[in-house]
Amino acid sequence: MAKPKIATTSLAGCFGCHMSLLDIDERILALAEIVDFDKSPLDDIKTFTGRCAVGLIEGGCAHEENVEVLRDFRKHCDVLISVGDCAISGGIPAMRNMVPLQECLQEAYVDGPSVHNPAGVPPNDPDIPLMLDKVYPAHEVVKIDYHLPGCPPPADMLWEALVALLNNKPLDLPYELVKYD
Amino acid sequence: MSQTVTLTIDGAKIEGQPGQMILGAAQEAGIYIPRLCHKDGLTPHGSCRVCTVMVNGRPMSACTTPITEGMVVENDTEQISSLRRDLIDMLFVEGNHFCMFCERSGNCELQALAYRFGITAPKYPYMFPDRDVDATHPDIMIDRHRCILCGRCVRSSQEVDGKNVFQFVGRGEEKRVAVNAEAALADTNVDVTDAAIEACPVGAIIKKRVGYVVPIGKRLYDHKPIGSEIEADGAVTAK
Ligand code: SF4
Ligand code: FES
Repeated sequence: MAKPKIATTSLAGCFGCHMSLLDIDERILALAEIVDFDKSPLDDIKTFTGRCAVGLIEGGCAHEENVEVLRDFRKHCDVLISVGDCAISGGIPAMRNMVPLQECLQEAYVDGPSVHNPAGVPPNDPDIPLMLDKVYPAHEVVKIDYHLPGCPPPADMLWEALVALLNNKPLDLPYELVKYD
Repeated sequence: MSQTVTLTIDGAKIEGQPGQMILGAAQEAGIYIPRLCHKDGLTPHGSCRVCTVMVNGRPMSACTTPITEGMVVENDTEQISSLRRDLIDMLFVEGNHFCMFCERSGNCELQALAYRFGITAPKYPYMFPDRDVDATHPDIMIDRHRCILCGRCVRSSQEVDGKNVFQFVGRGEEKRVAVNAEAALADTNVDVTDAAIEACPVGAIIKKRVGYVVPIGKRLYDHKPIGSEIEADGAVTAK
């Protein structure tokens, strides 16, 4: 029987949650025994090769491409998990949500004290994904089945959650592991 | 006073003194009723509703409802837990609670309640309100993004410190905690040793230069849920 597949992605995140996943240390070998990695920055597979049992989402949606990737994950994954505070609440990137987008772009690309931009306008190359009006948590864009908070979530939490889900066990995480920082 | 009042909470018979509120009587019997705007020693406020219990079948705030003979109280039921969870969810989405860098994280009562109720994500959409920070005072700062309008600073300043540094202004979404001065916190008679500074359950009023002194793993709610100190007390004194 083929192994179940896992896919992961980092949307508007810092890759810290992925680092935390790597922090399961040698248990990554045990994980490789029971799953195959599909689309993920860990193996650099860029597009889905088939149906996945679990998708891990790091980061919220800051621009249109984040939304496309997230929807693609929902389409291909049986169980979709928001991993980390940015996926769950928007996190640090969502600190711009209190400021209108136009003002953010103006400050970042035109008025900021260290900005060198002779053109004097924010970049608008068609290859650059369009920014959303604000940063959205993943569950405000698609249905998310589980949330694993933390900044980043501890490696033990990611490990326990994956092992439980892949063995069809209920996700019953101990108090100590579920933290928002 | 030898007179006692007998009531039941989730079927357990407890005794209290006349005039006591449900929350206090329960606490003395080792039963924790979750609360946010209530702080022992301050006049009950009854505003957050996190302490809601069913009294003879009706929802009431345990911090403001006096006990009466034969009262039947429900506290730890799925119906009430889901109500409390909703309230906590709302408090999270109504403000800007960036736990990942907040100095109060690990010692925050709002966060600790969310942990106790097993909340991993709020069910309501985030509002991201635009609020402000007052860092004018040399030793204290107010970050209104994190304020949950519990009024504990307001009451502590008046009742414990004998001052009147904080007050609410505005209504509804516009409501915010203001300071009793022409301009800002630095212009008030607040002092870093005031009880009002310690009274804030979240990271809205914080002392400067002491952030993150307690390492992760040693903070108030890292290992045990909020309220377990009351439940542990009860286990010792109940019998
Ligand atoms: S500043 Fe703190 S104590 Fe005062 S109302 Fe806001 S949350 Fe409550
Ligand atoms: S603690 Fe009773 S209403 Fe807030």
